[in-house]
Amino acid sequence: MNTHAKPSKLIKGATGDWEVVIGMEVHAQVTSKAKLFSGASAEYGGEPNTHVSLVDAAMPGMLPVINEECVAQAVRTGLGLKAQINLRSVFDRKNYFYPDLPQGYQISQYKSPIVGEGIVTVDVSPSEQIAVGIERLHLEQDAGKSLHDQSATESFVDLNRSGVALMEIVSKPDMRSADEARAYVTKLRTILRYLGTCDGNMEEGSLRADVNVSVRRPGEPLGTRCEIKNVNSIRFIGQAIETEARRQIDIIEDGGKIDQETRLFDPGRGETRSMRSKEEAHDYRYFPDPDLLPLEFDQAFVDGLAAHLPELPDAKKARFITQYGLPAYDAGVLVADRETADYFEATVSHAGKPGGAPRDAKAVANWIMGDVAAYANSIGSPVAQTHLQPAQIAALVDLIGDGTISGKIAKDLLAILITEERDGDPYAIVEKRGMKQVTDLGAIEKVVDAIIAANPDKVAQALAKPSMLGWFVGQVMKQTGGKANPQAVNDLLKTKLGL
Amino acid sequence: MGFPSPASGRREKPDLLKKELSLTDVTELSLAEARDALVKKEISAVDLAKAQIGAIEQARALNCFIVETPEKALAMAAQSDARLASGDAGPLEGVPLGIKDLYCTKGVQTTAASHILKGFVPTYESTVSANLWRDGAVMLGKLNLDEFAMGSSNETSYFGPVTSPWRRSGSNVRLVPGGSSGGSAAAVAARLCYGATATDTGGSIRQPAAFTGTVGIKPTYGRCSRWGIVAFASSLDQAGPIARSVRDAAILMRSMAGYDPKDTTSVDVPVPNYEAAVGASVKGKVIGIPKEYRLDGMSAEIEKLWAEGIAWLKAAGATIVDISLPHTRYALPAYYIVAPAEASSNLARYDGVRYGLRVPGKDVADLYENTRAAGFGKEVRRRVMIGTYVLSAGYYDAYYVRAQKIRTLIKRDFETVFADGVDAILTPATPSAAFGVGEKGEADPVEMYLNDIFTVTVNMAGLPGIAIPAGTSSEGLPLALQLIGRAFEEETLFSLASVIEQSAPKIELPPKWWA
Repeated sequence: MNTHAKPSKLIKGATGDWEVVIGMEVHAQVTSKAKLFSGASAEYGGEPNTHVSLVDAAMPGMLPVINEECVAQAVRTGLGLKAQINLRSVFDRKNYFYPDLPQGYQISQYKSPIVGEGIVTVDVSPSEQIAVGIERLHLEQDAGKSLHDQSATESFVDLNRSGVALMEIVSKPDMRSADEARAYVTKLRTILRYLGTCDGNMEEGSLRADVNVSVRRPGEPLGTRCEIKNVNSIRFIGQAIETEARRQIDIIEDGGKIDQETRLFDPGRGETRSMRSKEEAHDYRYFPDPDLLPLEFDQAFVDGLAAHLPELPDAKKARFITQYGLPAYDAGVLVADRETADYFEATVSHAGKPGGAPRDAKAVANWIMGDVAAYANSIGSPVAQTHLQPAQIAALVDLIGDGTISGKIAKDLLAILITEERDGDPYAIVEKRGMKQVTDLGAIEKVVDAIIAANPDKVAQALAKPSMLGWFVGQVMKQTGGKANPQAVNDLLKTKLGL
Repeated sequence: MGFPSPASGRREKPDLLKKELSLTDVTELSLAEARDALVKKEISAVDLAKAQIGAIEQARALNCFIVETPEKALAMAAQSDARLASGDAGPLEGVPLGIKDLYCTKGVQTTAASHILKGFVPTYESTVSANLWRDGAVMLGKLNLDEFAMGSSNETSYFGPVTSPWRRSGSNVRLVPGGSSGGSAAAVAARLCYGATATDTGGSIRQPAAFTGTVGIKPTYGRCSRWGIVAFASSLDQAGPIARSVRDAAILMRSMAGYDPKDTTSVDVPVPNYEAAVGASVKGKVIGIPKEYRLDGMSAEIEKLWAEGIAWLKAAGATIVDISLPHTRYALPAYYIVAPAEASSNLARYDGVRYGLRVPGKDVADLYENTRAAGFGKEVRRRVMIGTYVLSAGYYDAYYVRAQKIRTLIKRDFETVFADGVDAILTPATPSAAFGVGEKGEADPVEMYLNDIFTVTVNMAGLPGIAIPAGTSSEGLPLALQLIGRAFEEETLFSLASVIEQSAPKIELPPKWWA
């Protein structure tokens, strides 16, 4: 684990360098039809208080019954985090009063969580990878929602979310910068989405983070931490850490001391502010929930889930590098989203024209990461959900590969596929619109000769400055409507001009 | 028929059913007799219901019921008569019962005898009461209890104390029926219903049964579903019946028991025909007599009762052995940590936000404080405070964790003697006969808690225990013995209890002074 930050990650203070230490508790809503302990729907949205069972409303005499699918999801997630799966875990009650907590306690796991220590490999940049330790993962109930903006004198409670299953994933304090923290949450979200155990939708609150931040002089023991509650976007996580680290450094450098407390990040004002101090911290009076027996399952149950686990991002990335010869960076970008990775593979493996040359996977990656991704971004859609089909991209790459069209023409072809002929066959379009590049050397030579003859001044310039060659290439392409094979044009010009 | 009904004091009544039964007479029948008379169409369910409704009206001075449901009873009885006529009768068809007001009943106010739930009408039916209705039973109303089942005298009810139908010889002092199932026990003893549901967390079935000369069994933890029963201490609470005889209790148990997927602590083992065990031979059964239950200063009449019980079982062919349950003395203190701890959490949901009483305040904390201060009585508040204290940071290990360790040791004590071949354990049910209203616990709550000294161990170990009337005190009040069995071996208890029932002198309820 990276115990000490690289010098580049240190924060400059007035009195020297500081290291920020970050640990995170991520609350991920379990993807499941029903809630953790009741049969009510766990679906997001819905009119207030329409997804509420007698158990969720804590009516007298109601009892929780564990939803086995939520247990399976937690185990899958544990496997995805390469973590210890505990065959026996215990549900505890965390007692506190709040109107959106109908039972007066949250059923959670305190001393014996379902998942123990694990590890996540995080790409901070194309050249930097860190390992973030997982302390534990436990299952717990979500609370309902208090609505304070419906009336001037009253608050209302919506219990739709009450009892929905959450996984609290606790990291070790292994992150040393806002970038690392952002990268960790991004990677965690990718893993959860691959596994299908959490949709990772931060706007709907499916993924929220409590961020623990402390600062210290490099090499010194850990400082006092503050917990920033409920940060709900990756961007805000970064901002909250930077703001909070700076606040703590300023206090210490001014001779002050950090109070252990819970804080809230206000993105509008770009500051964190105190929510409650350690003295005001709740005494949750945890004890094992007597309504629920300890949660026990056997290794066969775990093995069964492991056998059906999808390929995870790290494994897929490694495979993309070896199988397709992609650079690590490209493989990393493609696997960040499971659907994009699948789209890439579908494109690479799509059957080409009989007798065609093998498709260049790197070229496919370039198109998907480049022009296709740019188009997808422009319409706010993931690559795999645009109308562009892998078959179309495969044909486009093949048309370049066999020399039928140039890369430049290919961009025009993509534009046509995006606008005029959305379900068009690239081969038919190229044929119909006469977009094939001219590879007939005699025809190109005529054009080249004509341009050289008409521009003696430019020829003289080119002889002095070989980069003028580009001007000649441009002229040839212009006269051929861009269809001349660029390589052939280049070669001919060089020969004719004696460069 | 011809089955002796000890609590009634009548061994035989060969002519009773041959005659036209008067409405008062039918209330004298045991549940088994009433059931059989219904099947033989010697009486109608509606007539039985009417007789009980009349008896309940006359007995309002006892304050057994919080809610009477005569219309519901008559409607259900009419349906029972239809099923009896068409041959679709269930095992309890047409038998009128009372339901402890801790069981949620659909469309009928359920309060746990607490102000905080006054006016609360559930939209659902508890599993155990639903099982009774499935089998054809008829509901007479909701029975009084100690608030949230916390008490041993039924004096903590928001709806006022229940008065026992029993009186000391030559005295008019109002006596408690015991608690928390005081309404259930008094109603059964006073013949206001043929049987009643009850619950037992530390003795709440057995102690009131002992005080009122009725039979009460707390089954093995997990034998009955807790779903829909207002929770007091989840790891200890268990439903069970209070009835006029061992046979009646066995009949009710069969309907009440069963696995319920909605209660994951209920256990999926088949429900036997308990009634078949009543009267079965106990020859060769090994009965343990635990020396730790012989308390210092135990009254001579309790000593004598216990000795008689031993003699009766021996005479029936059982073997008596002395046993030791060394951790018994720690059971009561440990119980008064575990039960309040769970209760403090279970009662957190009564916050004035969603249902029941709400006393507004200037903010939400104020709303909680006002509601809970007004809604909970003194004993409930005391136990919530104790429970909150023993679970709080810094005290949890010293209290709750140690109490749970003691609980394990108590369980092990029982496992050891059962492994040594003991089939059941015989003890007194209570340290004394019933006491007067207001006589105990005012100055020192522990005085009241000591009522459970012989019963709490059974809850701590999750075992079945039955209280059977076995004699009378010098003042003419009922005294009872307790039999403790192996987990899920209630049948053994019914067999042994019926030996005691047959052998014990019959005790006479005073004339109906309340009517």
